[in-house]
Amino acid sequence: MSTTSAPQDGGSQGAVRQRQTKLTWRQRRGQWDVKYSPYLYIAPFFIVFGITGLFPILYTAYISLQDWDLVRNTGEFIGFDQFAWVLQDREFWIALRNTFSIFLLSSVPQLVAATFIAAMLDANLRAKTFWRMGVLLPYVVAPVAVALIFSNMFGDKFGLINTVLGDLGIDPILWHTDIIPSHFAIATMVNFRWTGYNALILLAAMQAIPRDLYEAAAIDGARTVRRFFSITIPQIRPTMIFVIITATIGGLQIFDEPRMYDAFGLGGANRQWLTITMYLYNTGWGDFNFGRAAAVAWLLFLIIISITLLNNFLTRKFVADDATAVKKVKKQALKGSAKGGK
Amino acid sequence: MARRRRTSIGTGRPSPYVYAMLAVVLIAAMFPFYWSFLIGSGDQSSIYDQNLSWWPGGNFLANASEVINNDAVKFWKALSNSIIVSTVTAASTVLLSTLAGFAFAKLRFKGSGPLLVAVIATMAVPVQLGVVPLYIAMSKLGWTGNIGAVILPALVTAFGVFWMTQYLSQSLPTELIEAARVDGCSMLRTFWHLGLTSARPAAAMLALFTFVTTWNNFLWPLIVLDPQSPTLPLALSLLQANYFVDYSLVLAGVLIATVPLLLLFIFAGRQLVSGIMQGAVKG
Repeated sequence: MSTTSAPQDGGSQGAVRQRQTKLTWRQRRGQWDVKYSPYLYIAPFFIVFGITGLFPILYTAYISLQDWDLVRNTGEFIGFDQFAWVLQDREFWIALRNTFSIFLLSSVPQLVAATFIAAMLDANLRAKTFWRMGVLLPYVVAPVAVALIFSNMFGDKFGLINTVLGDLGIDPILWHTDIIPSHFAIATMVNFRWTGYNALILLAAMQAIPRDLYEAAAIDGARTVRRFFSITIPQIRPTMIFVIITATIGGLQIFDEPRMYDAFGLGGANRQWLTITMYLYNTGWGDFNFGRAAAVAWLLFLIIISITLLNNFLTRKFVADDATAVKKVKKQALKGSAKGGK
Repeated sequence: MARRRRTSIGTGRPSPYVYAMLAVVLIAAMFPFYWSFLIGSGDQSSIYDQNLSWWPGGNFLANASEVINNDAVKFWKALSNSIIVSTVTAASTVLLSTLAGFAFAKLRFKGSGPLLVAVIATMAVPVQLGVVPLYIAMSKLGWTGNIGAVILPALVTAFGVFWMTQYLSQSLPTELIEAARVDGCSMLRTFWHLGLTSARPAAAMLALFTFVTTWNNFLWPLIVLDPQSPTLPLALSLLQANYFVDYSLVLAGVLIATVPLLLLFIFAGRQLVSGIMQGAVKG
């Protein structure tokens, strides 16, 4: 603004210089602001994560190699003995089996149901928001509350389900005694809570599908069911895989529902519905063996990581397939409309 | 709004079958609440009655007040704890995530790429991995039994940072920030006036989401709190331990403990729905 006039004498030059140093000071403050503010803004996350995330991960590894003394609150180094103990414990393998069984019984029907519900919500409905809110409702209810309600409905002697089955002439099913029925009951709780949530995520993906794909297919004479399987499903595959991955990670950590399935929280008389996280909790806060609980935590983490990597591998495969499938559909659609339909 | 879409070409509205099937889904979603009310309004003997009545009994208020006033359950303490824990974590998660998201989305600084990757990577770490050392740390600090021990690890989440970064990088024009800077706004003022303001829809969603998640959280409160000062899910588990044969009391308790979230859902469910749909498109 001011330096455009050429300096006539020493005095004015000095004034300019003075103003410049003033400016540089202010500029420097501005520069600091630009340079360091971002770090200040992201610091809270990293500080909290450092204290409650990173430190515990490393410390869990350290504790898992120890025989932890609760009274002194310190440990004694014993190497991989805790891991060996856990891997030889029959209950750990039962818990692993139960976890995978409950996970499969919940995720498969849940995703099928969520996809169909999403397809129905994708239609041009009246009162869209009402239906969407309706299917999401179970999601806000605490898993503990869901578990108490369903545990009652699945009661062995006087439960609603067995009463209805009895009216139909079917013998009562021992939901709290037999292995597969108990897994089924717990999976039902998971499905109740998560199906609507997943349906909304899949619905969002469906809404992004270009509508002319459907029009072209319709002109070709494809009916609703055919359009659903040939267009909708291939187009939402990436989102589907995202949903599968999150369902897997959540499913492997399941705790609240099986823990609350009876009043004792131990997973049943023969550990019929004991899961890995329950096993971890019972080891840590039932037996108060922190070294062993830490070893279980690491084993669970390794299981989750390997399943996620497997998922990731499959994702790459399927996403590649997906891209070619979409191209194929688009090509066919173009061909179809060029021919003017059959 | 979007009025362009339809599934079946030509016919505007879907067939009545679609509505009928959705109605069945809706009934399935609501039935457990009705069932809780049915059992919760009866007395203990009515559940052993083989002739199931579909009409609620008249004991709901009596059952609810017995649960609320039971000394072992600590209902009011649990309610106030849940409200405090969920409100504080929702507020701090929104503020700190927006702050970090603003930096990641709109400010240029050395290492921002790898740091953002680090944030996302932390989302894969399961809570179970941290519970043992975190519990040891809390007991050394003397925080066990204190709701501060529930709040501290939840002050900010990786998901929140990721969510706000995504949102701000799309919805806040960089030119606007540059203009504010030219006008002499400091970074903090720019964040306060531009970042927070334009983040409002995503912030509302994040707040709701965090509130619901914290409210429903069970494992960590179970580990670190004691029965004298529980959160609601913990109080529900005590309810079962106290009354596990008397389901009319247990389910009356479940229902009254669920009412606060049902109210929140009635008022803010629309926002939650649209937020989940928005997030999914990017996810």
